[in-house]
Amino acid sequence: MTNSLIDARGPRFGAALTTAVLAIALVTHSAVLIALQLVIFAIGAFSSPTKTPYAFVYKKFVKPRLAGEVPLEDVRPPKFAQLVGFLFVAIAMLGSLTSSTGVITVALSLCLAAAFLNAAFNFCLGCQIYLLFTRLTHRSNAAA
Amino acid sequence: MNSLIPLAIVLVLASAFGFWFNASRGRIKSAKQAKGSVVKPALSPTELGVPFGSRVTLLQFSSAFCSPCRATRALIADITADMTDVVHVDMDAESHLDLVNRLNIISTPTTIILNSAGVEVGRAIGAPKRTQVVSAIASVV
Repeated sequence: MTNSLIDARGPRFGAALTTAVLAIALVTHSAVLIALQLVIFAIGAFSSPTKTPYAFVYKKFVKPRLAGEVPLEDVRPPKFAQLVGFLFVAIAMLGSLTSSTGVITVALSLCLAAAFLNAAFNFCLGCQIYLLFTRLTHRSNAAA
Repeated sequence: MNSLIPLAIVLVLASAFGFWFNASRGRIKSAKQAKGSVVKPALSPTELGVPFGSRVTLLQFSSAFCSPCRATRALIADITADMTDVVHVDMDAESHLDLVNRLNIISTPTTIILNSAGVEVGRAIGAPKRTQVVSAIASVV
């Protein structure tokens, strides 16, 4: 499988939209919003970050307005970041289904923190832990 | 009614972390030595691929298509171009996972500063600024 390069600004725009959705979800505990974000993260994690509705909005409305060279990045770390988001929101979803407001609040808070850090500070939590993740999975492959 | 307090807490704490994180990137951290411990080289010249620099070796770990890694490589290459006692090696983290594990590399770019014996004297996590690189190189005896 070849690893493709993507416009590095796309995931960051997606993080901005995610921040807005999660902020509202955190305040309202809306099951609809949690489910919506869960589906979007699932597409990003299991298909590609370039195939989510947020990416569609970016390509159609934002990217054409941006000037300058397109900064490229490897798709794998942002894709892994979407998986991290998926796991957080899946826990929030479980909290919603079991009416555990504490679980919803904590899971959404952590996810919102990660999305906000990406959007506002270009800090990608998934990218930071991607190397750690590769080290762990490589080690278990090597040991097998 | 649902509270805005968790939202406020998240935004304040995340912002504080974001500012701290960005400010801390590239800072050189000195290697700590336990008293009486034997200091070993971080790696062998064979693993490095070239002999150690006669005074300093800068061993950088990068990932594919990581733009701070490219910027760091270009910066260090530029600074060390005329330094005959300094060697700069840029390694791909994913194809050197054994070294990544041994040296406990957690993100890229990470630049390990080695002395003439190949012993780690410090490291910079994240892209360092020019002044940080220059003073790190100068401080290795």
